[in-house]
Amino acid sequence: MLLLLQYTLIFASILLLVALGGCFSEHSGVINLGLEGIMVIGALGGALMMRALPATTPAIVIVLLTLLAAIVFGVAYSALLAVASINFKADQTIVGTALNLLGTAGATVLVKAINTAANPNDHSATIQYIEQKKAFIHYFGSFEFNWFMVISLVILALAWMVLYRTKFGLRLMACGEHPQAAASVGISVFKMRWSGVLISGMLGGLGGICYILAGVSQWQFEYGVAGFGFLSLAVMIFGQWKPTRIALAALLFGFFRALSNVYNGIDILAALNIPSTVYNMLPYIVSLIVLALTSKKSRAPKAEGIPYDKGMR
Amino acid sequence: MKKILKNDAVQSLIASLLCIILGLLIGYIVLLFINPAGAWDAILAVLKNFLKTANHARRVKLLGATLVRTAPLLMCGLSVLFAYKVGLFNIGVAGQYVAGVCASLYAALAWHWGWLPCVLFAIVAAAALGAIVGVLKAYCNVNEVISGIMLNWISLYSTNMILSKYKEEASHYTLYLSKASPKSILPGAGLDKLLGYDKVTIAIPLAVVIAIVVYIVLNRTKFGYELRATGNNKNAAKYAGMAEKRNIILTLVIAGGLAGLGGAMLYLTDIERWSVTQTSVPGMGFNGIAATFLGGLNPIGTIFSSFFIQHITDGGPNVDTTYYCAQISDLISSIIIYLCGFVLFLKTAINRGLARSDERQAAKEKEAAQAAQAPKPEDVPATEKGGEK
Repeated sequence: MLLLLQYTLIFASILLLVALGGCFSEHSGVINLGLEGIMVIGALGGALMMRALPATTPAIVIVLLTLLAAIVFGVAYSALLAVASINFKADQTIVGTALNLLGTAGATVLVKAINTAANPNDHSATIQYIEQKKAFIHYFGSFEFNWFMVISLVILALAWMVLYRTKFGLRLMACGEHPQAAASVGISVFKMRWSGVLISGMLGGLGGICYILAGVSQWQFEYGVAGFGFLSLAVMIFGQWKPTRIALAALLFGFFRALSNVYNGIDILAALNIPSTVYNMLPYIVSLIVLALTSKKSRAPKAEGIPYDKGMR
Repeated sequence: MKKILKNDAVQSLIASLLCIILGLLIGYIVLLFINPAGAWDAILAVLKNFLKTANHARRVKLLGATLVRTAPLLMCGLSVLFAYKVGLFNIGVAGQYVAGVCASLYAALAWHWGWLPCVLFAIVAAAALGAIVGVLKAYCNVNEVISGIMLNWISLYSTNMILSKYKEEASHYTLYLSKASPKSILPGAGLDKLLGYDKVTIAIPLAVVIAIVVYIVLNRTKFGYELRATGNNKNAAKYAGMAEKRNIILTLVIAGGLAGLGGAMLYLTDIERWSVTQTSVPGMGFNGIAATFLGGLNPIGTIFSSFFIQHITDGGPNVDTTYYCAQISDLISSIIIYLCGFVLFLKTAINRGLARSDERQAAKEKEAAQAAQAPKPEDVPATEKGGEK
């Protein structure tokens, strides 16, 4: 049971971080379908940093530098979405999809090249970080505590504050609802949308590094992040674009995702003898059902997905 | 010259070629950053694919192999295209393709059906998957991209589960059709002898024919017109008496069917076997998205673009592995998709430039005409004064 709690919390942290990222981007008016790719690139940044740091580095330095690397990579990568969809009015769906494909392909090519350069016989796309990972982990009895559980809570509080209690947040949301009206009172829609997308890059990058630190101590970059970016979008929609509700949704989805990792250890579930594939499918099935039930009265930002055109009403 | 530039098809062609050139260039620059030593050779290897071998017979055979994989890619591209014309982004194409693979292989391995029923079963299964997305979109307002992605994973895991009964004992691959059910293999109809490769089947000409049919349906029939009208403005279509909900579902059913046919076209040739431990959705569907946009959202263009995408994908493994890996072709095609996002901007820029030069020319002609008419000298100052007041 403790294991189930542990996995639920860590998966919920990932989903929460990435869904909040999506939330900022969509509130500014840009649909960020590239979250999956942003996660991969953020994870790449963090993993490369951990690989570079010697295992003797103080834990706090490892944590901070890894987070920083993930953020920098995520933000830089999300700029590709921002420039295309905001400045060049590109179709946000195509660009987002391209970023997902590019993220996995690019990370694979890069990691393989690094591995092969280090050892000519090594053609894998794997990065190991067994020692460095310990900096993120604390044991309370048998409970494996990950600092990301706290980080995501802090970010949740910050996100709520920024969105509802600052001038910036309110302006950002105005750009997603009615950009022309926002522009008419002197808000720069371009700047706000850029900030929204870059914030989503930051949180997506954090979510990515958190994902590869959950449970495993090496990562094979060919696998990407197995649809977690899209699950996060489902979490965001189920949370109706509101941070506190998103947190609850993340817990629910995290629970179903955790089941597939630990169902063997739970006597009742193990006794049911359901194949493991069913548990693997569960988060996706649940999200489909949940979306079908909640999407009808959607509170989506009204102008999301529509490139800003000054001349339009 | 200007007339040619104004033509939409020509603009699309220019835009696509620009995307390819820029995509290759950016890919080359990325490779230079990673490892400058083999970058140029790697790009050449990707671009050459089957042309790399000197042996003529082998070259033709490798061309055949590329063509065998082009047919399903074209079907996936058509699936994306068909939905996109109706304003839907069918990213679920990857899962629908997998459903097609699953149904065709299951019908072949479990029931030993002939090839035609296997193909039809694949179409039905994938169309059903498309229908789920369509119903969710039409009646529950679920974004088709999200539901499509979720179904991709569901489809992948279900396929692994269903086909795991029909795998080889020693490996995680499904059984060879040639041993388990030879009559389920698509007929070669002489094409296999022509290219000297027994995996070449009627799938290739069939895919091209279907591309033409899709073109005709979308552009020359009332049904296609209604679908496109629904895509342009859902509310206007509804107001004009078109059943917009039915159209959305029907579109995704057809899109799903096309992708499912693609799945059958590849796996019923026995060129590849399904690995039941696969943990990622096959790239065929996603490459279909690249083919669609690179083909300028035109079914005929998609024939050529899907060949190109498959060509560079097959070129990937030829890369010298001391420097890079096969995935650089994925890298290049994803850069190309990214650049396709800019096509609209490019077209607007071309048209704006043309319109401006038209204006300038019209103004010049007007001036010339006025000069030729030689207006009375007192007319001009009079109007100018009037304008000032």
